[in-house]
Amino acid sequence: MLTVGGIGKFIVWHLNSMIGELKEHIINTFGPEAFVRVEESSLQPIFVLKVDFIVDICMFLRDTEEYYFDFLSNISAVDYFPENKFTVVYHLASIPYQKQLVLKVELTNERKDDNLPEVPSVSSVWRTAEWHEREAYDLMGIFFTGHPDLRRILLPDDWEGYPLRKDYKDPESYHGISIK
Amino acid sequence: MRKYTEALERYKDKIAGIDAQEMVINLGPQHPSTHGVLRLELVTDGELVKEIIPHMGYLHRCFDKHAESMNYGKSIPFTDRLDYLSSMNNSHAFVMGVERMLGIDNDLPKRIEYIRVLVCELNRIASHLIAIGTYGIDIGAFTPFMWCFRDREHIMNMLEWASGSRMLYNYIWVGGLFYDLPVGFEERCNDFVKYFKPKLVELDDLLSNNQIFISRTANIGALPADVAINYGCSGPMLRASGIKWDLRRVDGYSVYPELDFEIPIGKGEMGIVGDCWDRYKVRVDEVKESVKIIEQCTRRLLSDFKRTPDFDPRGRVPKKVNLKSQEYYIRAENPKGELGFHFVTQEKTDIPKRVKARGPSFNNLSVLPVLGKGQLITDLIAILGSIDIVLGEVDR
Repeated sequence: MLTVGGIGKFIVWHLNSMIGELKEHIINTFGPEAFVRVEESSLQPIFVLKVDFIVDICMFLRDTEEYYFDFLSNISAVDYFPENKFTVVYHLASIPYQKQLVLKVELTNERKDDNLPEVPSVSSVWRTAEWHEREAYDLMGIFFTGHPDLRRILLPDDWEGYPLRKDYKDPESYHGISIK
Repeated sequence: MRKYTEALERYKDKIAGIDAQEMVINLGPQHPSTHGVLRLELVTDGELVKEIIPHMGYLHRCFDKHAESMNYGKSIPFTDRLDYLSSMNNSHAFVMGVERMLGIDNDLPKRIEYIRVLVCELNRIASHLIAIGTYGIDIGAFTPFMWCFRDREHIMNMLEWASGSRMLYNYIWVGGLFYDLPVGFEERCNDFVKYFKPKLVELDDLLSNNQIFISRTANIGALPADVAINYGCSGPMLRASGIKWDLRRVDGYSVYPELDFEIPIGKGEMGIVGDCWDRYKVRVDEVKESVKIIEQCTRRLLSDFKRTPDFDPRGRVPKKVNLKSQEYYIRAENPKGELGFHFVTQEKTDIPKRVKARGPSFNNLSVLPVLGKGQLITDLIAILGSIDIVLGEVDR
């Protein structure tokens, strides 16, 4: 009989042995410029990748038989205010191998309304990404290039600003209605 | 800039430029069959649905923003309100994530873990009963709805007894529980199981094998497994398509590895694998499995992990959650599917930098435009009901 968290630990262990191999595989396939670093300070190791390569690498991770990350759990965008830095984090899972993987891209942006940080959309790889990217656009103001339908998803279409940014100021009114 | 509004213009042009024989129908946001405030914009040709454009956000309550303005413990009541039909499961997932980051998840007393699993499974039954009951009423069967709500009320009363609240419990805390179970709770669980088992058989006779119900659901809205995975569907939705994927088994969190239960999958008994009937049936079977888990939990709570005078459910609750700067994604099996929380913590404060909730309903709903395309409007209602969404979680 397994102990508490036994299987979970096994996955983490298995993943750690996979990191080096996967890193090498990515560098061999896409060149050393595609790969930035592996962050191992967290419980789950994070692969930090170059923005331009994200779609190709995702496609590679999905279609390569030994990884087969066919399930995208989550995409979240993080704002590192006061730095001019955003990250987009992808949480993948592989159903046949029962593994998890975290990818991350880092973006610098000056927080101007007419110049949003841009990431290529991975909705062509996993359709899950379509709504998650719409949400990241809606709330964090990340523009996903090549997205089929990048409209706001949770807020009204005419909302101004991106509320999850740390420097967001609440508006005084919405359509003439005071909301303070 | 022009390119930021391009998609919106495209959408407006599409609605404005539909053909003469087509019609745009708004289903919801105040329609009972949308199970909450969901608005579906349907482009129809007679009775056929040509396109579905879902509009969400009517129940958006800024969970992400809220959670990053206060410490971890204070966010737990809000997690109850994500999927308000399975509050225990939500807070269990959230709390587990914080505990893993703290590194205390492996040395919690077994009694706490068993109580957590017990209340989560009770809540899972309650949630599935709503799914089954309201699905019946979507199709036009009124009686199962009343029967399911009658049985669910027993669970609500029990959980109210344990936590003091009927639906939104705030019972599972980081490092422990709000209170120990009230004296006699385990026995009452056993009584409930004894009462509930025959009712399940009755429900099967009434709905699962009902010819009218089968005609309305079998072969309707079949979701192939590859599409389900690509759209991020999880929970009963994915299992109905024939994939044995249950995070209680895959991740083996809490005490689930010690418990004996099966993972029901869709077999296409009445039609194609992954049709509406399969999705319904997987939920019915999961209720039976949850009953099994509850029996095992109460047995162990009454024998190995008995209530003792010195047992303190808050003994390991940390005064302050001190975490180093890190990221963690926790996922857990909710009644509706994979609930995930992505934490980004920051040093020297117990307020997270970012918490993102990944609601299962949000992802399950995203497949609806594919499933519903080319179906009749009446079948669309059957498909939407079988997805079992909770808008509190879609909009968060």
